[in-house]
Amino acid sequence: MAKIHPIQPLPPPEDQEPSLDLHERAMDNLRFIRDTMERAGSFTALSGWGLVVIGVAGVLGSWVATRQTSPENWLATWSSAAVVSVLVGVLTTAMKARTARMPMLSGAGRKFMLSLAPPLVAGALLTIFLFRAGMVGLLPGMWMLLYGAGIITAGAFSVSAVPVMGLCFMVFGAGALMSPAAWADGWMAASFGALHVIFGTYIARRHGG
Amino acid sequence: MGEANRAIDRPSSVLRSVAGAAQDGAPELDRLIHERVRLGIVSALAVNRSLSFNELKSMLGLTDGNLSVHARKLEEAGYVECTKSFEGRTPRTDFVLTDSGRASLEAYLNHMEALIQAVRDR
Repeated sequence: MAKIHPIQPLPPPEDQEPSLDLHERAMDNLRFIRDTMERAGSFTALSGWGLVVIGVAGVLGSWVATRQTSPENWLATWSSAAVVSVLVGVLTTAMKARTARMPMLSGAGRKFMLSLAPPLVAGALLTIFLFRAGMVGLLPGMWMLLYGAGIITAGAFSVSAVPVMGLCFMVFGAGALMSPAAWADGWMAASFGALHVIFGTYIARRHGG
Repeated sequence: MGEANRAIDRPSSVLRSVAGAAQDGAPELDRLIHERVRLGIVSALAVNRSLSFNELKSMLGLTDGNLSVHARKLEEAGYVECTKSFEGRTPRTDFVLTDSGRASLEAYLNHMEALIQAVRDR
């Protein structure tokens, strides 16, 4: 049998070895950088100024809500305030993550959103069914409790001010459930308004925007 | 014949040029950031506005001496800035990544990506 030899010698093995090795090392370096960043990165991309804007929306919302005569309009007011707040929150956080050149949807940011979303969805569903059952008076306390719970768990992946804000929301929610229904909009202004403004200002000052 | 040979040789020559760039093109950059401890410091600072000496130390699992040696090298290169202050009576050192530090981390990431891309294109 004739053996087939390449006419030109193939590149010597040492030419191949370092290249594969280099590739392995490059992959390893990238993994190391990514792991370090994920471990080190608490989610400071959460925008403090965004929270302030949400707080202002909360104060305006309670001002409009107290002027509503029917429970339907009252709920519509707070629902629109909630939608506006979620949009403002996502938008300002995306902007801050972009300026800080940090990815929003990987690592800590993704964990933050995945932890915050379930209580918000639960709150939205409970709102519909409690409202239909005529238990409108329970809504503000339930919103604060669930939002606070979400912020505490999500805040585990963020700067320490965030879980503290969540705790305040839960305390306010408990207060709202225990006090007369007429105070509801006052509690809403104090929590979704004032708490957001206070903690938003703190985060903006301490964690850059 | 020559054509075929070049076809075989091309990917590794790309690799060699990339590796060469990493070694010759910017020798200072590579040695400074390539080292594991310093790569860790720069990566951790890239996702935090500032970190204290103790935060970095526990995050990267380093000893005092090890961290200060490597942090000083990065500081001398202008990649990180350090500010010393007092917290009550305990001294506190904070580190911040400079723009040039961020740029060199980006350059380093680009090098790594180019290396991987070169092998993938083969």
